[in-house]
Amino acid sequence: MLDDFLLRAFLAGLCLALAAGPLGAFVVWRRMAYLGETLANAGLLGVALGLFLHLPMTLTIPAFTVLLAMLLLLVERRGVLPLDTVLGILAHGSLALGLVILAFMEQVRFDLMSYLFGDVLAISRADLALAAGTTALVAVVTGLFWRPLLSMTVHADLAAVEGIRVERMRLVLTLLLALVIAVGMRLVGILLVVSLLVIPAGAARRLARTPEAMAAMAAAIGCAAIAAGLAGSVLWDLPAGPAVVVAAAGLFAATLALAPRAR
Amino acid sequence: MRRYKLTKPVTGKHNPAQPVDPVLVSGRGLVLRRGGRDVLDRVDVEVRAGEIVTLIGPNGAGKTSLVRLLLGLLRPDGGEVRRRAGLKIGYTPQSLHLEPSLPLTVRRFLTLAMAADRRHLLALLARVGLDDVLGRPMSGLSGGELHRVMLARALLREPDLLVLDEPLSGVDINGQAELYALIGRIREETGAGVLIISHDLHLVMARTDRVLCLDGHVCCAGRPLEVARDPVFQRLFGQRLADVVALYRHGEDPHHHDEHHHHAAIEAGEPQECSTTSS
Repeated sequence: MLDDFLLRAFLAGLCLALAAGPLGAFVVWRRMAYLGETLANAGLLGVALGLFLHLPMTLTIPAFTVLLAMLLLLVERRGVLPLDTVLGILAHGSLALGLVILAFMEQVRFDLMSYLFGDVLAISRADLALAAGTTALVAVVTGLFWRPLLSMTVHADLAAVEGIRVERMRLVLTLLLALVIAVGMRLVGILLVVSLLVIPAGAARRLARTPEAMAAMAAAIGCAAIAAGLAGSVLWDLPAGPAVVVAAAGLFAATLALAPRAR
Repeated sequence: MRRYKLTKPVTGKHNPAQPVDPVLVSGRGLVLRRGGRDVLDRVDVEVRAGEIVTLIGPNGAGKTSLVRLLLGLLRPDGGEVRRRAGLKIGYTPQSLHLEPSLPLTVRRFLTLAMAADRRHLLALLARVGLDDVLGRPMSGLSGGELHRVMLARALLREPDLLVLDEPLSGVDINGQAELYALIGRIREETGAGVLIISHDLHLVMARTDRVLCLDGHVCCAGRPLEVARDPVFQRLFGQRLADVVALYRHGEDPHHHDEHHHHAAIEAGEPQECSTTSS
């Protein structure tokens, strides 16, 4: 049963959507949407260096997203420039550097589209196991640190006075994001993984009254988008990745109609 | 002071055999530099258990910076902050910016500090003068309600020290008197120390034990009436306000205590002249 490529794509997609739901809620609450893009571009640099140095991408992609995440935390603490400016520099810098390195390798034909949208229908059993493992890790860590993570997000000073190690929680959150983006972009591509972080959480905002409900609804909406996108891919031969993003955006639009007033 | 059940063995920091350090938090020679300017210049401050200390001063005097140093939210460029080991602090910031994309009920906001059941939370809300607003979204609260909810969250952890940054903003006059009475009661009942920032002097002065007047450095310090009579204070805040303070303290403090204002200067360490550029 599991050698059915469609089922593997569906399960891997569900795993990513489940992990991306709660993390995406934090991305929206903490205004980190651009961080997702930046980390994804760092992942592209990881792809380029993996090809260049003949290292496995399963290692080089997370290595670069984690490295960039740590760099950003340092800059955020010390820096004079606003965070979005720093993110802009790092995002485009690492994307361009990745492309320059790839251009050096004449024998490699690089298809940028496949890294933007990935190839969700070409997921192997090992990929699926990786996705499941990542989701389990994200679920355990966010579950364990939910209250401090939330408290830090609501008000960092109050959290700190109440004894929460704010810097440590920021590190936990950023590392989880770096991990999900690294794994996600390998499986489903940059655009889809960032979309799964931001769009379902954005859609869930209007429906939820508590942060927990918003995180859960974001995960559910992400799963629905995966199901709808893959169904569209099978029924009408749509490209799977973009179809999932379109489905997510459609669900977001639907929530605008369902709950016109934000609470 | 705290009460203990006799059936339970008394352990830890409240062991009556070892007297607890009465100083909750203190700063010695605190210096804070920002942008080449000394925001704080060798400030000494101390809050003891059971006392209400009010920090006053014009805008830009460094009041909030000093509080953030004492809370450990900022590191001083000079001097030293000491907090009693295991000190539990309840803090209400001056304003509470909440991200609109984060849906948050009052109940969820309160229980971010610690888990608590509904009955406990309702009793707490009643104490700060609020009805059952547990199910209301935080974004739907008025300014006064927000400050009361923040105070409730600060009280939830049964703090040894309450730090309130401008707790009266957005609260109407009646509410202000109520809140000050409440802060006084909390001090009586729990023995907690209270540090309040305010530039709203009228009620503050009537309810406070010690006043610290800040303008980058400590201008004057002491009991309210002493500070109010200090010429430095009068220059900073104007004679009229000093009169208001004296009026509030009237009856509590006999008239013939002029010598106190010299004590105030001594208590503050080495008081320097305040700049006369008041807000």
